[in-house]
Amino acid sequence: MKILNEFRMTAESKSVNESFVRGTVAAFAAQLDPTLEEIADIKTAVSEAVTNCIVHAYAHCVGKIYIYVAICEGGLVKIKIRDKGCGIADIKQARTPLFTTSGGERAGLGFAVMESFCDKVYVRSKVGCGTTVTLIKKTGGRAENG
Amino acid sequence: MSVKIVAAQQKMTAYLDGEIDHHNAAFIREEIDNAVMASKPEVLKIDFDNVTFMDSSGIGLVMGRYRTLSMYGGKLIVSNLSPQFYRIMKLSGLEKIAIINKREK
Repeated sequence: MKILNEFRMTAESKSVNESFVRGTVAAFAAQLDPTLEEIADIKTAVSEAVTNCIVHAYAHCVGKIYIYVAICEGGLVKIKIRDKGCGIADIKQARTPLFTTSGGERAGLGFAVMESFCDKVYVRSKVGCGTTVTLIKKTGGRAENG
Repeated sequence: MSVKIVAAQQKMTAYLDGEIDHHNAAFIREEIDNAVMASKPEVLKIDFDNVTFMDSSGIGLVMGRYRTLSMYGGKLIVSNLSPQFYRIMKLSGLEKIAIINKREK
């Protein structure tokens, strides 16, 4: 898959950055001329991944969140969100809808939302080293023509 | 993000305005819970008409308010959800415990 353009940024794991990161990723992906619904899907999935870094990966500290976005031929968007936080011991359990280690106000639906709003979601994690979430979203973009 | 709360007799409506994410969900929760605990309305309606973004924090917010209301037998209505927000709410099975309505065109 030929990459047309790519973009990297690093953000601190502060909740105030959630809206900034999802807005920036969506603005970059807008080059593919996606529909408003596709943009909303990307924003929502990115928001979930970034929130996971803040709430879980760096639960007791402020760390760095590494974001990489590539837009590819055929309207494909690839987003990687990586942290060097606590890692996930059981990825399958973490991806189970309604499962949460936070309790209270967290619904335990972060991965369910990512899966519902993206075409593919890959999770790689190592306890004590960190987690990488890769989101793949197909858009009806017309980049290959322009 | 702002919350406007209007109460009439035993019905309270919380009009949400702006983006709902993990960052500002705590503020919204406090605003609503303070008002609810002060007057214990029979019905709480949360209005999403002016919400421009919502992730799963919005589900947590609604589920949490359902629990608050359940403590004394109050009823929860979630209204004016955009098709996108409705999709997110449905992931949680919220429609089984509260009335959820889509935005009227």
